[in-house]
Amino acid sequence: MLSIKKLHARVEGKEILKGIDIEVKAGEIHALMGPNGSGKSTLASVLAGNPKFEVTRGSITFQNKDVLDMEPEDRAREGIFLSFQYPIEIPGVSMTNFMRAAVNEQRKYKGMEPIAAGDFLKLMRDKRELLGMDKQLVSRSVNEGFSGGEKKRNEIFQMAMLNPKLAILDETDSGLDIDALRIVAAGVNKLRTTENATIIITHYQRLLQYIEPDFVHVLHDGKIVRSAGPELAHELEEKGYDWLAE
Amino acid sequence: MIEQQYIDLFQQYRAEIDNNSIETLNVQRDAAFETFKNIGFPTSKIEEYKHSDVSHAFDAELGLNIRNLPIPVNPYDTFKCDVPNLDTNLHFLVNDRYYKNDYQVKGLPEGVYAGGMQDFAKQYPEIFKEHYGQSADYSDNGVVAFNTMFAPDGFVLYVPKNVVVDKPIQLVNILRGGVPLNVNRRLLIIGEDGAKVKLLVCDHALDDVHFVVTQVTEIFAGEESDIDFYELEENSIKVTRLSSLFTAQKGKSHVIASNIALHNGYTRNNYRFRMLGEYAQATIGGLAIGDKNQHVDNYAFLDHVMPNCTSNELFKYVLQEQSTGVFCGKILVEKDAQKTLAYQTNRNLLASPDARMYAKPQLEIYADDVKCSHGLTTGHLDEEAMFYLQARGIPQEEAQMLLMVAFTKDVLDLINIDSLKERLEFLIDKRFRGELMRCGNCAVCK
Repeated sequence: MLSIKKLHARVEGKEILKGIDIEVKAGEIHALMGPNGSGKSTLASVLAGNPKFEVTRGSITFQNKDVLDMEPEDRAREGIFLSFQYPIEIPGVSMTNFMRAAVNEQRKYKGMEPIAAGDFLKLMRDKRELLGMDKQLVSRSVNEGFSGGEKKRNEIFQMAMLNPKLAILDETDSGLDIDALRIVAAGVNKLRTTENATIIITHYQRLLQYIEPDFVHVLHDGKIVRSAGPELAHELEEKGYDWLAE
Repeated sequence: MIEQQYIDLFQQYRAEIDNNSIETLNVQRDAAFETFKNIGFPTSKIEEYKHSDVSHAFDAELGLNIRNLPIPVNPYDTFKCDVPNLDTNLHFLVNDRYYKNDYQVKGLPEGVYAGGMQDFAKQYPEIFKEHYGQSADYSDNGVVAFNTMFAPDGFVLYVPKNVVVDKPIQLVNILRGGVPLNVNRRLLIIGEDGAKVKLLVCDHALDDVHFVVTQVTEIFAGEESDIDFYELEENSIKVTRLSSLFTAQKGKSHVIASNIALHNGYTRNNYRFRMLGEYAQATIGGLAIGDKNQHVDNYAFLDHVMPNCTSNELFKYVLQEQSTGVFCGKILVEKDAQKTLAYQTNRNLLASPDARMYAKPQLEIYADDVKCSHGLTTGHLDEEAMFYLQARGIPQEEAQMLLMVAFTKDVLDLINIDSLKERLEFLIDKRFRGELMRCGNCAVCK
């Protein structure tokens, strides 16, 4: 589904990613771990098409299409979803209008008619309940005045609304208390199918107690230094990252 | 000298100007004329008009309808309001005269007058004399003097003591003409103690000719009165609008003035608020949406005369293409005006490299126990917000629309008529999409 080959990327002239190779197949969950500054979030931003990051070498293909050629909105409409580490507050844009625009753009891309008003409201309600979100949050401006945890939950709510093929969860567990973490993890697990895939970027092993990954990759200084099964996450929890860096 | 033709015109046609107006308006013309001869139109040499040389607008062959020749229009037939579901008490000024009609004006509480200025002056001569021209100081403003010289008629809204008018009143200023025209109209709003009323004024040019419009508005707010004054400009690119609003507020009154320049040509809006009684409140909102070479200049002068008054200003501009925005916010806190709260915010969005914004806050404070603040930003759309929306599949252009509409929202929040607010949101969205070239729903334009 996703194939990243020899990817190099930089931001503001500084090289952050120095040759990344990852293969993700449908139905898989990959965990991407590593210390601060290793390039985890850069990889997430590059996948989503953040214009601040410049890819200098390598390739990314998603469902056999060249991702690097696509605008961020086209990547999203192809089914790539990024749960932001720091979700943006957008005063004046209501969650409802935002989600309606996003859902309809996705439908338009697939050649479908805009969603009927009643169906849209039902979809909003179902997904809101799935994530245990307060009704009022959905009627407010996007992320405006949300707590850290509410913002993260809102990211997963958006993911549920858009039903992506590939979800990239960038530090979605940070800033969540244990209850919120459980709800978010349960949400991700409920949305999991054999058709879609997930990349979980995390610093800690905590979230992986609730979402069992198929593969764990450790990133260090812009490169993947170790890839293994879920047992690697436990090992990291015990030993830290230093032993891998050597 | 640009002024000379108007000086000659005034002298030559003085008798006809008077014959087509009324005594109470006529008596003020001479003094205004003397001032006008001395100071002329403001030019860019005057600091307050540095970016808006309004004298240029008059440097043209402009007709004045001094003889009150009939204008062939029945606005009730041709004008379809852009704000449906808005149940208002509807009035029209066609150019500078009140459009009298057979439609019985119903639904107004007893004692409330909404209608033509000439008729009001005849029916309530004392009240009219007490107010007309009493606030509109032209000693330093040639446009206001000019308006006082020529204005034949206008609109009056009078709400007696403790009367609450629930239904909004709407005045539509229709511009109609086959040749370039100069139009000079007056608005007078009197709310006695405890009066509550909302007035929506819509500017609407029906013909695609050059119009130069002067409008002088005086608002008298009695003690504990609430007066909402909303203006929506939907003029063609060929219209120059020079508006001057003067308020005189007594204690505990609240005046809201909100102007939305949805579509315009060349606009200068002057605001002169005077808080003359304690605990008076003034709220001023302005939103300008510009493209092509449109020009919107808002000059707000808030005079805190008495203690314990609050003023709140919010002006926002969204400028595209080669449009220009100007804002100057002057706050004067006089020496007795202790415990003044004065807040001023000006935020501007430049959506094109050729758009220009000139902004200047100006605070003069002579009292020592006051809270005054001003905030001013001019910038581009937030790139992080853009990326966030795009990352959800919303294309760049659509994301820009969403963010621009969102930017205008807090100005609309100052409007206390829900149906108007909703409609404006819709119109602003259309405006940004380029689907609102002149007027959205006008029979004449179709």
